[in-house]
Amino acid sequence: MNTAIYGLLFVVLAPLFGGLLAGVDRRVSARMQSRIGPPLLQPFYDVGKLLQKTTRQVNPVAGPLLLGHVVFMAATGALLLGGTDLIFVAFVFALAALFLILAAGSANSPYSFTGAERELIVLLASEPFFILMMAGICKVSGVSTFGDVLAYPQWVAPQLPGILIAFLIVATIKLRKSPFDISTSHHPHQELVSGLTTDMSGRLLAYVEVAHWYESAILCAFMVLLFNRSWPIGLVAFGIAYALEVLVDNSTSRAKWQLVLRSTWAATLVLCGGNVLALFVIGR
Amino acid sequence: MSLFSRSPWILHYDGSSCNGCDIEVLACLTPLYDVERFGVINTGNPKHADIFLVTGSVNERNIDIIQNLYNQMPDPKVVVAVGACACSGGIFARAYNIQGGIDKVIPVDVYVPGCAARPESIIDGVVQGIAALEEKRKKRAS
Repeated sequence: MNTAIYGLLFVVLAPLFGGLLAGVDRRVSARMQSRIGPPLLQPFYDVGKLLQKTTRQVNPVAGPLLLGHVVFMAATGALLLGGTDLIFVAFVFALAALFLILAAGSANSPYSFTGAERELIVLLASEPFFILMMAGICKVSGVSTFGDVLAYPQWVAPQLPGILIAFLIVATIKLRKSPFDISTSHHPHQELVSGLTTDMSGRLLAYVEVAHWYESAILCAFMVLLFNRSWPIGLVAFGIAYALEVLVDNSTSRAKWQLVLRSTWAATLVLCGGNVLALFVIGR
Repeated sequence: MSLFSRSPWILHYDGSSCNGCDIEVLACLTPLYDVERFGVINTGNPKHADIFLVTGSVNERNIDIIQNLYNQMPDPKVVVAVGACACSGGIFARAYNIQGGIDKVIPVDVYVPGCAARPESIIDGVVQGIAALEEKRKKRAS
C-alpha cells in the first residue's frame, strides 16, 4: 500500500523536480558562457506558453503517441517507486522512448525522420546498460524491487564501480547532452533544425518537455538506487553527475552516431558486462 | 504578464540582407546583451517560434520562402522587420530584383529602423513584438 503512494507521489512531484533541474541547467550553462541566463522557472513558462499556442499536427497519430510517451515515462517512475521488478522497469523505460520515436517518424519531414532514426540508435546504445545495471543491482542485493534494494543493509555501489562510470556515459544520452544529443539537436547548436521535435508544435512539444522532466527524475531515482543506503547521498551523487554532464555539454561538439554507438556499447560491454561478470565469478 | 511575454521564441530569417543586421541579431544572444535573460530562444524552427524576425528586403527568390515560414508558424505569431531593408527595401529598394520591405508579402507588426539596426533597438523591437503577441492572444481568447 505504502509503495503505491510513493508511485503516485512520483507522478505528481517528478515534473516539478525535472522542470526545476532544467531551469538550473540553463542557468548554470549560461554562467559557463559568462551570461546571466533565464529565470529558474523558465522551463515552466515555456511549457505553459506552448500549451497556449495553436497545435499543428502533421500526422494526427502524433498526438496520441506523444501522450503515450508522457504516460509511459510517468509510469516508469511510478512502477519503479511502486515496487515493480527492476528489469520490468527498464523495459517500460525503453517502451516510453519508443513512443517518441514513432511520433517523430510519423511526420513526413526529413529532419524529424532523421531525428527519429538517430533516437532509435541512441536507444539501442543505451538500453543494454539499463538492463545490465538492474541485473547488477539485483545480483548484489539479492532483491529486485526499489524498496527492497533501499532496505538492503549494505551499500551496493562499491560492488558496481563499472556500472557507476558507465552511468555517466549513458546519462549523457538520456539527458540529451552534447556530444551525444544527436537526435534532438538542442537550441544552442542546431544541425537538424530541432531533430525529432522539428514537426511538433504547441501542446505536442509541451508533452515532449514534460516527458523529459520525468526522464530526468527517473535517472535521479536510478542513482538513488545505486546509492541505496542513503537517499540524500544518492541525490548529491546525481547532482555531481548532472554538473559533470553540463560541463561536458558546454565543452564538446556533437559526435557522429557511429561514435555514440561504439563508445556507449564499448562502455556497456567492458565496464558493465565486466562488472556483472565479475560479480558472478566472485560471488560463486 | 502572461506566459507569452516570458517565453518568446524567435525565428530569424535573412532575406537579402548584407549580413549587417544578422550579426547584430546574433550579438543580442552574446554575453553583452544576453536576451535569454528574458526567456528568448533563437529556435531556427518555424513550428516552435512565436516571433518572426526578418532582416533584409524581399526579392523575387525569397517571396515563397518567407510566406512558407510565416504560414508554418502556429498562432499567435508576430513579425518584426529588422533594419532599413526589411522595413522598406532600404538602399536596394529600387534594384531590379527587389520587391521592397517585408510588408509586401506578410503582415508586419513591428518595424525596427537602422542600418544596421543596433542590438538595443532589436531588443526593443522584440519587446514591442511581445506586446503585439499578447494583444493577439487576447483577441484569440475572446
